[in-house]
Amino acid sequence: MADDIALSVKHLSKDFILPHERKNTLKEWAIHFHKPSFEKLHALHDIDFEVKRGEFFGIVGRNGSGKSTLLKIIGGIYQPTKGELTVNGTLTPFIELGIGFNPELTGRENIFLNGAILGLTHKEIKNIYNEVVAFAELEKFMDQKLKNYSSGMQVRLAFSIAIQAHNDILLIDEVLAVGDSAFQRKCFNVFKDIKRSGRTVIFVTHDMGAVQEYCDRALMIQDSEVLMIGKPREIALKYEIANAGFAKEVGTEGRPIDPNIHLERIKVLLNDKPADTFALDEDITVTVEFTVNQPTEVQFNVSFVKSDGTFLAGLNTTDSLKNYKPAAGKQTLTCKFKSGQIPKGAYFVNAAVYTYDKPIVLIDILDINYGVETPRITMLESSLIQSGEFYIQGQWTK
Amino acid sequence: MINALKRGFKPSNRSLIRELVVSDFKLRYQGSVLGYIWSLLRPLLLFGVLYVVFTHVIRVGGKVPHYPSYLLLGLVLWTFFVEATSSGMNAITGRGDLVRKVSIPKYTLILSTTLSALVNLCLNMVIVFIFMIIGHVPFRITMVLAPVYIGELVVFCLGISFLLSTLFVKFKDISHIWDVVLQTLFYASPLIYSLAIVPKKLIKFASINPLAQILQDVRSVMITPQALTTKEVFHSQLGRIVPMLIVLIITIFGFWIFRRNSKNFAEEI
Repeated sequence: MADDIALSVKHLSKDFILPHERKNTLKEWAIHFHKPSFEKLHALHDIDFEVKRGEFFGIVGRNGSGKSTLLKIIGGIYQPTKGELTVNGTLTPFIELGIGFNPELTGRENIFLNGAILGLTHKEIKNIYNEVVAFAELEKFMDQKLKNYSSGMQVRLAFSIAIQAHNDILLIDEVLAVGDSAFQRKCFNVFKDIKRSGRTVIFVTHDMGAVQEYCDRALMIQDSEVLMIGKPREIALKYEIANAGFAKEVGTEGRPIDPNIHLERIKVLLNDKPADTFALDEDITVTVEFTVNQPTEVQFNVSFVKSDGTFLAGLNTTDSLKNYKPAAGKQTLTCKFKSGQIPKGAYFVNAAVYTYDKPIVLIDILDINYGVETPRITMLESSLIQSGEFYIQGQWTK
Repeated sequence: MINALKRGFKPSNRSLIRELVVSDFKLRYQGSVLGYIWSLLRPLLLFGVLYVVFTHVIRVGGKVPHYPSYLLLGLVLWTFFVEATSSGMNAITGRGDLVRKVSIPKYTLILSTTLSALVNLCLNMVIVFIFMIIGHVPFRITMVLAPVYIGELVVFCLGISFLLSTLFVKFKDISHIWDVVLQTLFYASPLIYSLAIVPKKLIKFASINPLAQILQDVRSVMITPQALTTKEVFHSQLGRIVPMLIVLIITIFGFWIFRRNSKNFAEEI
C-alpha cells in the first residue's frame, strides 16, 4: 500500500446470517439441529474506497444503508465476509462515547479505564490526564463518582478522552452534538484543529452541514453499496435527493384528475434561463405551463417545500390576478420572487391550481407527495458582503 | 499461542488488563472494609458449617492433622476455582458493551476476570495463614512450592474460562450445566474428606481429577506432608503428570476454540 494511503477498503462485502429460529441454548440446538434454516442479509456489497493520509473523509447514508456495519468493520469490531481492509497506522473507533464508563467509579478512575479501553497505556493516559480534565472543564469533580455527574458532564468527559487519545486515524460516529452550546463550539474548534494537524479522520454522520464544513471528500452509501464518492457538496445534494425520494414513498394521495385544467410543467429560471442553483441574492422566476379545456375562474399557487417535506412558503394568484379566467389552450403563468426571501438550503418548487369560489377545491397539483417530480433548487450563500443562512440586508451608517 | 502471549504483553493490552482488574477490585471493595468482609463471608461461613459437621458430627476429618487449616485452604482454593470459572464464563457476554463497540483483544477480558479472582485468592490466603498460625501448623520450606500448584490452578481456570465463555456466547444454558458440574466437582474432589478414605477401587480415578491433584499437592506442601497426593496414590511422578496433562489439554483446547470464535463475538452476543 502506498505511503499516503491511511485506509484502503477493497471489494469488501459483509453478510449476516439470520437464522429463522435462533438457537440460544444447547437444548434447542439438540432438538432442532436437523433444520438449518436461515436467511442471508447482505449488509454490504463490494465496497471499494481509499482514504488518504490527513484526509477528513465523510461517510453518509440513511438508516439501514449499511453505514454502521461499514464503520464497525473499519473499527475492527466486525469481520468482513469477503474483501480486504488495510489500515495504515493506529485507529480509534468512537462508535459511542464513554465506552466502559462505570457510574460507581470516580471521574479519575473512569478516565484511566476508558483510556485503556481506547488502547492507551497507563503512562500515556497519565500524560494526557491534565489536558483531558482541563478540556472537559471538570477539574473540581475528578474525585466524585460518575453517577453524581450530570449527563452533560459525562459526555464532556467522554468526548475529552476520545479527542485526546492520540491515534493516527480517528473514526467518529455522530458524536458532534454534545454538551451545551459553549462546549459544542469548543468541539467544533477541536475538529478544525484536528483537520489542520493533518490527522486522518473518518466521520460518519447524517448532518450534511457538518459534512460540507469539515470533510475533504465524502462517500455515500445506499442499499449496501457505494452510491457515490465525491466532493462534500455533491454528496450533500445526492443525500438530500435520496431522502426526498424516500419521502415520495410516504406520500399516499393521488393526483386529482379534472378534465378542465391540466398542469404540464414547472420551470425555474434565473435571468430567463433554466437554473437549479441560486445565490441568496438572486431573483427567482417560476413559470407554470398548463392546458385549459373549459375556461373557468381559478387560482394558482406556487410553493417552496424543503427536501424533508416541510412546507416553507407559498404564494397564490388571488391578489395579483383577481378573478383570473385563463383562455382555452396552452397557457403559461409567471411568478417572480425577489431575492433574499428564501434561506440557504435545498427546496422543491411545487405548483397547484384550485377553484376560485369557496370552498376551494383542488383541480390539479404538481408535488412530490402526489407522485410528481418537481424542480429542485439549491440556495447558496455566495456574496462577498454578507454571509449566513439567509440574505441579510442592512445599511451601515457612520 | 506464542503470538497471542506476545500481544498480551503489548503495553496497551497490559494496561487494559490492569485497569479492568483494578476497577473490578475497586468496585468490589468500594473503599470500605465491609466490602472485603462480605467477600470473605462465603468461604468462612461454608468453612464454619463444614468444620462443625465434619469434626463433631461425622468425624471424617479427625485423623487429618491440622484439619481446620486443611479444610479452609481447600475451601479457599475451591472458592477461587468457582469464582474464576463462573466470572470467566460470563466475561464476554457480560461485557457486551465493550465487545460490540470497541475493538479490544477479547482474551484480555478473560485474563482480567481470572486475575480479579486471583487477587481475591491472595486476600483469602492471608486468612489461611492466620488460621495456620493459630493452629500451630509448622511452617516448612516446601511452602515455596505452593505457588507452582496454584499457578497450575490458575492456568486450569483460564482454560476452562476460555472454553466456557465461547460456549456461553452461543448457548445460554451453559451456565446451568456448569452449575451442575461445579456441584459434582465439589463432592468428587477431596475438599471435605481426605483422599485416604476413598475406596481402593476408586482412588486412582478420583485422584487424576486435576482439582484433587492441585488441592492435595498444595495441602501437602503447606499444611501437612500426610495429605495424600496423586503422586503417592500412583507411587510415581507419572501419576502427577496425568492430571497436569488434563489441565494442559483443556487449556490448549479452550484457547484454540476461543481464538477461532472470538472474531465473531461482536455479532453473536
